[in-house]
Parts: sequence; C-alpha cells; structure tokens
Amino acid sequence: MPEPVSQIETNPIQTATMRTLAEGELTVEPLLEVLNLKKYFPIKRGFLKRVVGHVKAVDDVSFYVNEGETLGLVGESGCGKTTTGRCILRAIDASSGHVWFKDPTLGRVDINQLGKDQVRTIRRSIRMIFQDPYASLNPRMTLQEIVGAPLRAMGIAHGKEIEDRVAEMLTKVGLRPEYMRRYPHAFSGGQRQRIGLARSLVLYPKFVVCDEPVSALDVSVQAQILNLLKDLQEQMGLTFLFVAHDLSVVAHISDRVAVMYVGKIVEMASMTELFAAPKHPYTEALMAAIPIPNPTPRVKKILLTGEVANPANPPSGCYFHPRCTYVKDICSAEDPPFEEIAPSHYVKCHRARELSLTGAVRVSL
Amino acid sequence: MPDSDVLVEIKDLHTYFYLTEGVVQAVDGADLTIRRRKTLGVVGESGCGKSITSLSLLRLVPQPGRIVSGEIIYYRPVSKDTSSETVDVVKIDKLDPKGSEIRHIRGDQISMVFQEPMTAMSPVRTIGQQITEVIILHQKVSKSEARKRAIDMLARAKMPRPEKVIDDYPFQLSGGMRQRAVIAMALSCHPNLLIADEPTTALDVTTEAQILDLMRNLQNDLGMAIMYITHNLGVIAEMADEVAVMYLGKVVEQTDIKSIFFNPLHPYTQALLSSIPHLDETITHTNRRRRLNVIKGMVPDPYSRLAGCTFHPRCPQMIPDICDQVEPKNVQANPGHMVRCHLYHDAVGS
Repeated sequence: MPEPVSQIETNPIQTATMRTLAEGELTVEPLLEVLNLKKYFPIKRGFLKRVVGHVKAVDDVSFYVNEGETLGLVGESGCGKTTTGRCILRAIDASSGHVWFKDPTLGRVDINQLGKDQVRTIRRSIRMIFQDPYASLNPRMTLQEIVGAPLRAMGIAHGKEIEDRVAEMLTKVGLRPEYMRRYPHAFSGGQRQRIGLARSLVLYPKFVVCDEPVSALDVSVQAQILNLLKDLQEQMGLTFLFVAHDLSVVAHISDRVAVMYVGKIVEMASMTELFAAPKHPYTEALMAAIPIPNPTPRVKKILLTGEVANPANPPSGCYFHPRCTYVKDICSAEDPPFEEIAPSHYVKCHRARELSLTGAVRVSL
Repeated sequence: MPDSDVLVEIKDLHTYFYLTEGVVQAVDGADLTIRRRKTLGVVGESGCGKSITSLSLLRLVPQPGRIVSGEIIYYRPVSKDTSSETVDVVKIDKLDPKGSEIRHIRGDQISMVFQEPMTAMSPVRTIGQQITEVIILHQKVSKSEARKRAIDMLARAKMPRPEKVIDDYPFQLSGGMRQRAVIAMALSCHPNLLIADEPTTALDVTTEAQILDLMRNLQNDLGMAIMYITHNLGVIAEMADEVAVMYLGKVVEQTDIKSIFFNPLHPYTQALLSSIPHLDETITHTNRRRRLNVIKGMVPDPYSRLAGCTFHPRCPQMIPDICDQVEPKNVQANPGHMVRCHLYHDAVGS
C-alpha cells in the first residue's frame, strides 16, 4: 500500500533510512522498521462497559533494526516495551502504525496489514523468547514435543525428521539430545531457558524478540545464556530485539539501544553513545541509578523523585516533565519532537541540544 | 573478648531441613560477624543459604527446618542510646523460638524487610494499622501517639503524603511505595539491626536507587547495623562496608568491601565477579566486549553431600587429593580477610 506523502516527511526514522540509502551508506534497508506504532487499550467502566479512556501503552513509537544487529529496548515497568514486542509479532493487533519487515518468503511487508494466513508465514521468521522459564514451558509436554511444536504447527516436518531437528537444536543450545524424552520439571531455570531458546530457534528465524530472557536467572547462569545468545546470533545470522530492564546486561549484548518512557521512545543511539553521553534527562537518571560492581566512590547521583507517569492519564506536553531536573515552560506545553540530533542519535526533548548530561561512567575520586 | 563494636556473631551455624526425600543442609557451617552501625553484605546465588541464615538469626526457620548446632550471639546494647557501650550477651540459638524473649527482640531490636512487600503486609489491613500494631506492641504508647509516630516514620521513609497513605491498603500503593511502608514498619521501633533480604530486587532501577539512598540515610540517622542479603554485586558495592560470600550453606569468604572487589581470594568469588557484566568496562572497551566467564558445571543437588570442599567440582584451581578429600577450614589469609580454601593459610596466628 502506498505511503501518504506527509508521513514520509515527518518521520525521522524513515527520512534517515531513505537518505542513507540515497547516499549509499546503507546498502540494504533495515530488517525491521517500525513507524508510528500505537497500541491503546480501552478502559471500560460500568455495567454497559462504556469506554471511559485509554491506556496508551505504546504511543507513537518509531525505530529500526538492521540485519545481524541487536537493538536493546529498555525502560521501567509499564513503559510499553513488552507490548511493543508483542505488536511486532502480531501476538496482539496494534491500534495503528506500520511494522515493515523483510520476510524471506513474502518480501517487504507491513505486518500490521497482513491477513491471518500471511501472519502464519511471518511467524516462521519472527519468534519470541520469554522471561519466565517456569511458566513458558507446558509441564505436560516432553522436550521433544515442546521444541518440535513449531515444526508440527507449520507442517514443515513430520515423524523422524522432527526428532532429528529437535536433536540438532538441543545440541546447539547445549543440552543432550537424549533429554528430549524428559519433562520440563526435571530441569533447572537455566536449562529451561535453553529449552525455550531451542523452541524459538528451531525454525531458523530471522528476527527474535527476546523479552527479558535472563532476568529470572541466577547471576552465573545469566552469563551462560548471554554467551549462548551471542554465539547463536553469529552462527545462525539472527537479529535481536532485546527487551530488558537490567541496563548492565543490555549494554553487554546490544549494538544500539532505545529507551522507552510511558509508551514513547525518548532516546535511541549506539550503545556506547547512549551510556557514555546520553542526551535525554531520563536516560541520564537511569544511568545514574545503575548499581555498578565497583566500590570506588563516585560523583553524587541525581535521583529521580516521584513515580512513573500514568499511561492512562499522562502529563501534558512532555510526559517526563514533572520529574525532570531541567524542566522549562515549553516542556509542560508542547510534546517534544523525536529528532535526529547527531548521526543515528535520536532524542525526544526540547532541550537536547543545549543540555550537557552525565553518562554512566562517572569520574572516580 | 570480642571487639566492642560487634553486634551479632554467628559461629559455625548449621540449619538443616528434614524432608522425606532426604536432609537439606541449607546452612552448613556459616560464620558471620555483624558490627554496630555498619552494613554487612551477604552475597550468594539461589540455594546458598543466605536467607535461611537470616531466618535462623530471628528464629523464624519454617518447619521442617531447625538449627542443629552452632551459636548465634547477640551483644544487645543495654540502652538504645548508641553512644553507650554496655551490652547484654544474649544467646539467640538457646532461646525458645516461640517464647517472649525472642518476640521482644523481633521488631524492636532486630527487624526484617523482605523482597516481596506484598507478602510482608496483610492485604486486609491498612498501612497505618500494621505499623501502629508494631509500635504499640513494643513501645507501650497510646493509639494516637502510635499513629503520630507511624506518620513520622512514613515521612522519614520519604513516602509522599504520609498522613493520607497511612489509611490506604497495600494494594493501593505502587511497588516502591509498598517497600517504603515496609521499611517504615521495620524501623518504627528504631532497631539495632535491620535485616534486608533482597529488598530492591523486584523494583525498577530508579526506585531501587531511591530505596538504597533512603536506607543509607536512615542507617546514619538511627545508628543501626544492616545485614543486606542480595545476589546483585552492584548493589553490594553501593551499600556494604563488609561482605560475606556464601556458597552451598557455607561462608567461603568475608572481608571489607574494597578487598572483596579488588582482591578476591576464593575461586568462587573470583568466578562470580568475572561472570557479571561490568558496565564501566563494557562502555570503554566495546571492541573487545569480553565473553562473560562462566563457572563450569552446575550447583549440585541439595540432597547430595560432597567430600572435601563443596566447590571443588567446579573450581578452576582444584588441588587433587586435597580439595576433594578434606574440608577446608576458615582461615585469616590477611588481616580482616577470612577465606575457606586450601589455597590459603593462616597469615595471622590465632
């Protein structure tokens, strides 16, 4: 479906992609391009279930992910990062916006516009890894049934072939193929997460949404799974959207990072730039809050006061303004534009160009 | 004679759980020292026994567990005036877990804050009712006086609009606010020791930073000790003066905060430190973003009993015929640095 001309001009993500394509820096389009994505959940009250308002879970979000890279998506509880991941998969239908994806079979399509059969086809190429290794595996199914389920559902393989492919996948994630006859309860949290990984990757997808894949695991097990994710990314040519709230982990695994606050992306940049030289006050506050495993005393932190804004009743203008140390009058009056203020560095802040903010690596005394 | 600033000493504690499937030696020889006005960080992964150690301290070990041997000595300051040095020696391990003596200590002198604020509070009573109950129980004041003190404590815990929140139910508050309410409840009687078991794990990072800052300030104001239990080494770096590392029920290393990060001695501590991403390194060395070092193998089955050192199957520096046969003793490798490992010998004669 052809794009209305006005949208091409206002969305900085699309403008940037087209510009670099024209200049020849980007030889390929991004694998995933999300434009103006919105997901509003209606709030219904009373006997007649009248809609009294909306929870703006995802509120006009735009970003892109290049093939082979990892985009980290961070933010605190309720910021909309998990809902964004689910919209990409069409696990839930977005309210509006576009999710352009380069599917190996269908070509470049807008996932939001696809019919049911086409969504099934997309699901071979876009998969998800879940957070809770205990809740995400059916306790009544053997590993073979769990990891083989996508093959069966897509009608890709039958009988012995399923067994072979499951064995191959289990080995890839570091589990013995013989385990396929066992049930999930026989395995530890880390091993269960490997099983979930095997299930997500058995179709050799292109794009994987990782929704907090290591948060529920012990520290030393996290290390194993993170290493495994990196290895598999290289071996299988995967592209990741890594949704998490642990910023140290996100920094370790991501090439680029986007920060969300109450349904909007407030900053997006390469990992080093975001962490070392953030341009949005909220990012600066997040960086200051991360506990670093180094007892050397550091410069005094900024602490955010107050609570995260309510997505059902957000503040006027910039959603972050009530908690912002650098607030000015314009901030409560106007929603700031999402602009590219440095190459591939996007910020949503009226004062981004004038502020000088501190990064995560602070000067030690 | 112990140091005059020691508040609680745990010596060779063994707390076992007698299950039909076998015996789980949850705490299997733990030695800890908590000093007045200081924070002891207890670090370890799931199943290392850190939570059970703290429950043993307060005689709250659930059935079918019980303290099998060891000593828990509480050097109770005779007056809450923190400058006073006189102490009573209370052997907590010898007290009746349901008796009045331990119940006088709990909440008044030694308090606890848990990870899940919802499970620590009753959902059917208001915040105010729960805090004033603690105050009335220990301080014998009127209801109106108790309510005043409760509001004061909530304000100290930086709760927004404490005079309104005091009549709210827990479900009406956010995670951060509930944790502040629980902290206010735990500190309402100005205890000598606060045990905090993963109090910020369930919170967002900016709320966590606020709560950690709050705990440090309250510690200064009230002159209390904190036993901070967590698996997060970043939080430990921010909060602790001293650190004890636990593995499978034993304390394998205890020393001051700088030594644990810059001179870790036990192979498990070293492995733990190198298995986590260090943000400052990640940012400055992107080209060589290192592979996280993993500890080979897995934590063994809790019912199994290993000969020798419990860490030996996973230890990169295992000495054959020693580590797999003989249990290492706790030695003082450097002044103020205890470690339980055959690689080290007592540097200071004991």
